Amino acid sequence: MTEAIAIAILMTVIGAATPILLAALGELVVEKAGVLNLGVEGMMLVGAVSGFAAMALTASPLAAVLAAMAAGTLAALLFGVLTLTLTANQVATGLALTIFGIGLSALVGEGFVGRTVDVRPPPFPAPLAEGAWSRLLFGHDALVYVSLVMTAAVWLFLTRTRAGLILRAVGESDLSAHSIGYPVIAVRYGAVAFGGAMAGLAGSYYSTVLTPMWAEELTAGRGWIALALVVFAAWRPWRLLLGAYLFGAVMTLELHAKAAGVSLLAPEFLAAMPYLATVLVLALISLRRGPGAQAPACLGRPFKPAH
Amino acid sequence: MITRRTFVTAAAAAAALGPHARAADPVKAAWVYIGPIGDHGWTYAHDQGRLDVEKAFGDKVKTTYVENVAEGPDAERVIRRLAQEGNQIIFTTSFGYMNPTLKVAQRTPDTVFEHATGYKTHSNMSAYNSRFYEGRAVCGTIAGHMSETGVGGYIASFPIPEVVMGINAFQLSAQKVNPDFRTRVIWVNTWYDPAKEADAAKALIDQGVDIITQHTDSPAALQAAEQRGLMAFGQAWDMTSFAPKAHLTAIKDNWGPYYVDRVQAMIDGTWASQSTWWGMTEGAVEITPYNERVPANVVAAAEAVKAEILADTNSVFAGPILDQSGAERVPSGTKLDDGALLTMDWYVAGVQS
Repeated sequence: MTEAIAIAILMTVIGAATPILLAALGELVVEKAGVLNLGVEGMMLVGAVSGFAAMALTASPLAAVLAAMAAGTLAALLFGVLTLTLTANQVATGLALTIFGIGLSALVGEGFVGRTVDVRPPPFPAPLAEGAWSRLLFGHDALVYVSLVMTAAVWLFLTRTRAGLILRAVGESDLSAHSIGYPVIAVRYGAVAFGGAMAGLAGSYYSTVLTPMWAEELTAGRGWIALALVVFAAWRPWRLLLGAYLFGAVMTLELHAKAAGVSLLAPEFLAAMPYLATVLVLALISLRRGPGAQAPACLGRPFKPAH
Repeated sequence: MITRRTFVTAAAAAAALGPHARAADPVKAAWVYIGPIGDHGWTYAHDQGRLDVEKAFGDKVKTTYVENVAEGPDAERVIRRLAQEGNQIIFTTSFGYMNPTLKVAQRTPDTVFEHATGYKTHSNMSAYNSRFYEGRAVCGTIAGHMSETGVGGYIASFPIPEVVMGINAFQLSAQKVNPDFRTRVIWVNTWYDPAKEADAAKALIDQGVDIITQHTDSPAALQAAEQRGLMAFGQAWDMTSFAPKAHLTAIKDNWGPYYVDRVQAMIDGTWASQSTWWGMTEGAVEITPYNERVPANVVAAAEAVKAEILADTNSVFAGPILDQSGAERVPSGTKLDDGALLTMDWYVAGVQS
């Protein structure tokens, strides 16, 4: 395998990994706060169509990013009102949010089918990305670097800040957090909104970078992979980064192998790999004792403060 | 817009409304789609055919459709629902709907069914398909002329005869122009996944492919070719808007004439079960206008192949044809007939799958 091909493969792995990393980072924070939002796919689609629409109408990458994040946040807040304020079942509401997102994005996107937008250039000056290896470092879309920075930021926030500690407390024991005066519902709203913004951003990566177009169900189920990834990473940001690149590699390596004329494994098996890996990790987690690797204790449990 | 989910409630409401259509009522026709009608490819093309039916018959026909129906048990439920709802003719438009359609057809003898791209029929179930391979042959001819690396990329969905014969037609026609031409195939195991289709296109390009064709339903591969300054062909519909420079031409599926014909037969009471395989001759397969970057001599060569096909569709598979192992499958002077094409499960020499 030549160097050029190795780099080309890494480029596509990064492309496949970035959006699931973005969406999973958001969901990680949501779950750390004790909320399970299964609507990632729906929020991604809403973000994808909004990002594309903004890009098509204004030709401004910044507008596209902001529109995608705003749309994802709005969808997430809808979920928040239903599950946090009205204490609806989180699993059912999350699934409904995905179905809603599929339909709404199709409706909004109807006028944009068949159009395409220009892909924004990498954020660094062009000469910097000229050589093969420097292309690997500097030749990506801005969101690739954003996803890496966000991984560090989420890790810092959760483990090194007071606010992160409160958020984790809310996720581990909502009643205790409430009884010592922390606003459980407000913290969860914040986390859910963040998750929506990140999912929207991830969606816009598909519609404005990877495949610059709008088509119904453009994300084709990547939101579910992001959800699996959070569990796979055992709710840890750095492991999430690793897992995203691993999943990205699984999703693209087979294509490269076949393009080169080698067949590695049955493609159906590879398509199932992210989920198989997640089940395996879940099994390993439940075998292992001790804190840290478990799901947040209050995950998916509605919180009703005692009066 | 009706999705599978909203459809179920709508159908339940409609079923509660009362008896089935009377003779004076418009003919109720329904379509079942594998993807979203906004895919700008396969499903979009079928839906354009449905709109042609509406245009042709006006209030004499009432059409409905259900999109995003997964192949398998989901499909059976949707098809049965549509039959119960009083639809008299139901078009199911994906290969994987064949067995579900047959099952429902056997149980609801008063409804007629039309299944696309399969091979099973029943007294009230027809099979219909288009000779897409004719379009592949034209694309292959262009690829043979225009590829500089002599390697074409083929993004394929599932190894069914439909897809296999397309790959073979592409390679056979390309190697008539350039004997060293090779077709590299990637199976993506999906009809619709834009990100995966784009990644497959990039993987092919990284391996020296400079011209791409696809048997999947989104324009993502064309965009990848456009971004790298290479060439590609549209699938099912003209996809020029996605890749103005890369898009050389497209194979357009024109289902309208067939749908109008069958609904007319329903109205006349002459509908009978049959197996139909229309192609360029009937206007079911079209080649969209060539990109201006295609030189005049290549356009002439493509048009010549088209004329050959119009004269005899099986000319695409005229011997001698070798398979991948180098053995002669079709001797010189003979041609593959339709039966052999519809069960094709082998690749011609030059296909790297």
